[in-house]
Amino acid sequence: MSQSAVEVREVVKRFGDNVVVNGVSLDILTGEFFTMLGPSGSGKTTLLRMIAGFEAPDAGSIFLQGEDVTARPAHLRPVNTVFQDYALFPHMDVVANVEYGLRVRKVARKERRERAQRALDMVQLKGLESRRPAQLSGGQRQRVALARAIVNEPAVLLLDEPLGALDLKLRQEMQVELKAIQRRVGITFIYVTHDQEEAMAMSDRIAIMNGGVIEQIGAPRDVYEHPATPFVARFIGTSNILDRGGKRWSLRPERLRLSLVDAPPTGDDRAPGQIQDVVYLGMMTRYIVHLDSGADLVVVRTNEGSDALSARHAPGDRVMVSWHERDAVVMDHALI
Amino acid sequence: MKRRLLARGGLWLWVWAVLAFLFGPIITIVIFSFDRSNIETLPIRSWTLSWYQVAWHDEQVRQAFVLSIKAACAATVLALLLGSLAAFGVHRARFFGRDTVSLLLVLPIALPGIITGVALNSTFQWAGISLSIWTIIIGHTTFCIVVVYNNVVARLRRTSATLFEASADLGASTSQTFRFVTLPLIATALVSGGLLAFALSFDEVIVTTFTAGAQNTLPIWIFGAIRLGQQLPEVNVVVTAVVVLMLIPIIIAARLTGRDTFSASSTRAPTN
Repeated sequence: MSQSAVEVREVVKRFGDNVVVNGVSLDILTGEFFTMLGPSGSGKTTLLRMIAGFEAPDAGSIFLQGEDVTARPAHLRPVNTVFQDYALFPHMDVVANVEYGLRVRKVARKERRERAQRALDMVQLKGLESRRPAQLSGGQRQRVALARAIVNEPAVLLLDEPLGALDLKLRQEMQVELKAIQRRVGITFIYVTHDQEEAMAMSDRIAIMNGGVIEQIGAPRDVYEHPATPFVARFIGTSNILDRGGKRWSLRPERLRLSLVDAPPTGDDRAPGQIQDVVYLGMMTRYIVHLDSGADLVVVRTNEGSDALSARHAPGDRVMVSWHERDAVVMDHALI
Repeated sequence: MKRRLLARGGLWLWVWAVLAFLFGPIITIVIFSFDRSNIETLPIRSWTLSWYQVAWHDEQVRQAFVLSIKAACAATVLALLLGSLAAFGVHRARFFGRDTVSLLLVLPIALPGIITGVALNSTFQWAGISLSIWTIIIGHTTFCIVVVYNNVVARLRRTSATLFEASADLGASTSQTFRFVTLPLIATALVSGGLLAFALSFDEVIVTTFTAGAQNTLPIWIFGAIRLGQQLPEVNVVVTAVVVLMLIPIIIAARLTGRDTFSASSTRAPTN
C-alpha cells in the first residue's frame, strides 16, 4: 500500500536525562540510497539502531514496508546491518560468515552455498572462502560484512559508518562500488556517516541531523544549494553566513568574485573589504576578506591559467566582493 | 661471537636451574616410588614395582581416589553451570549493585580455606545436614565457581558486543545466537576454567577436612598417610599416578588453547 521502505514517526530516545533522538519523522522510499549525516552525538546511529531493532524508542513508532515493527525484536525484522567494526564472527571462515543468516533461517545447504557464492562474487571476494576474518585485510573484512548482509536479500540494508576504518583511497573506491552494488541489487540502503563528502557522493537523499533532530532532508544538490539552516550550510561544504536586512544568508565561497574596489558596478550584490589572508592550495586559492561591515568572508577562486587576477591580490589589498543575487540563500529558521 | 655463545649457554643453564627447581621434587617422588626400601635414601639399592601393586590393591586408596574424582567432577559441572550463568548475568545486565555482586562472586577464592571450611561446617550442622560427598561437593563448588566465572567474564569482556547484535540482526533467535556464537566464543574459556576447577577440587585439603564425613578424599588420605609415616612408598606411588593422570587434561588444554594461538599467529594479512 505504501511506497515507503521505512517510516519513522515522531521517534524519541533518551539515555538517562540525555535526549538523543528528539521527535524524528522520516520517510525512506523503496530502492533509495538514503544517508543520515551528522556529527557524533547527533543521534544518527541511535536512529539506525532503532530501525535495526537494537534499541527501543521511548516514544513514536517505526514502520517497515508499511508494517509497525516498533515492538518487534531485531531477529524478526527484514533488515540487515553492516557494522562499523564489521562484527564478523572470528570463529567462522568467510563462507560460514556469509551463510550465517541463511543457516539460522534454515535455508537448505545447496541453496546456501549458491547464494553465498553469488554474494561473494558481487563483492569480489572469490577465492577467500576458507579464510578466517583475522587473515583478511580491513577492506576485505568490509566486503565480507557487506556480503553477509546482502546475501539475505533484506528489504533494507543499514550501514553504520562502514567505511570509517578504511584509508582515504580505499574509501573512495568503496563509495563508487557501494553505490554500484546498491543499484544492482535494488535494496534500500540507509547509510550513516559523519563524512559529508561521502554522503554527497553516494546518496539519493541526505538527512542532516544535529542534536537529535533533522535539520534538513533533500538531494545532495538541494542541501548544498539551499541549506535550510546555518548548521547545514556549515556542515555541508563551507559557507559564509551573512546577516543582512534582518535575514540570515548563506554564501558559498566559490560563488563569490573579487574585483578591484574601483571597478565599475555589474549589477550584482557587492560589498567592499580588505584582503586579510591568501592561502594557495594548488587547485585553488583561498582568500579571507574582512568586509567594511565587520564580517569575514571566505572566497575561493580556482587557479585557472587565464585568471590573472588571482595572482594579483595580496594581503592588505582593498577589494570588492560580488555575487549573483541567486547565489545568496536565505535560511529558514535563522536562529540568532 | 664468543660472548654471545657464553650468554646463550648461561641462559640455558638458568632455564634448566628453574626447571629443576620446579620439577625436582616431583621427579624425586617418582624415582622413590620404584624404591624397594621404605626409607628414602640414595643411592637406591633395589628397584621394584611392588609398591604399585600394594597401592592398587589398597581399598582405602581406591575409595579415596573414586571419591576425589566424583567430587571433582560434580563440583566442576556445578561450577561450569553456575559460574558461566553468573558471568552472563553480570556481563549482560545493568542493575544496581552489579559491581558488588561481581566482587562477592570472586571473594570465596580470596577467603582463607579455613574460614570457608569452618563456615560451611557450622552451617551444615545448624541446618542438620550430615556430612557426605554432597557436602564436599558444595564446599568445592564455592571456590570452583570463581575460576569459571573469572574465565568466562574475562572472555565476554574481550568479545565485542556487536557480535551478538550481528547474530540477532542476521535472524538468529536468542538460543541460536547462544549455540552458534556465544558458546563457540567462550568454549576455550569454559575448558580452561573447568580444568582449573577440577584441579583445584582434586587437590583441596582444608575445606574438605571440614566438609567430609567419615570418607577420605585422595589428598586427605595422602595427608594422613604422611603424618603417620608408615606408608611413604605408597604415597609416592599415589602421587606419581596422580601426576600422570593430571597430564592428560593438561595436554588437552594445551592442545585446545594451542590451536587458538596458532590461528591467531598464522595471520597473514594480505593487502588488496
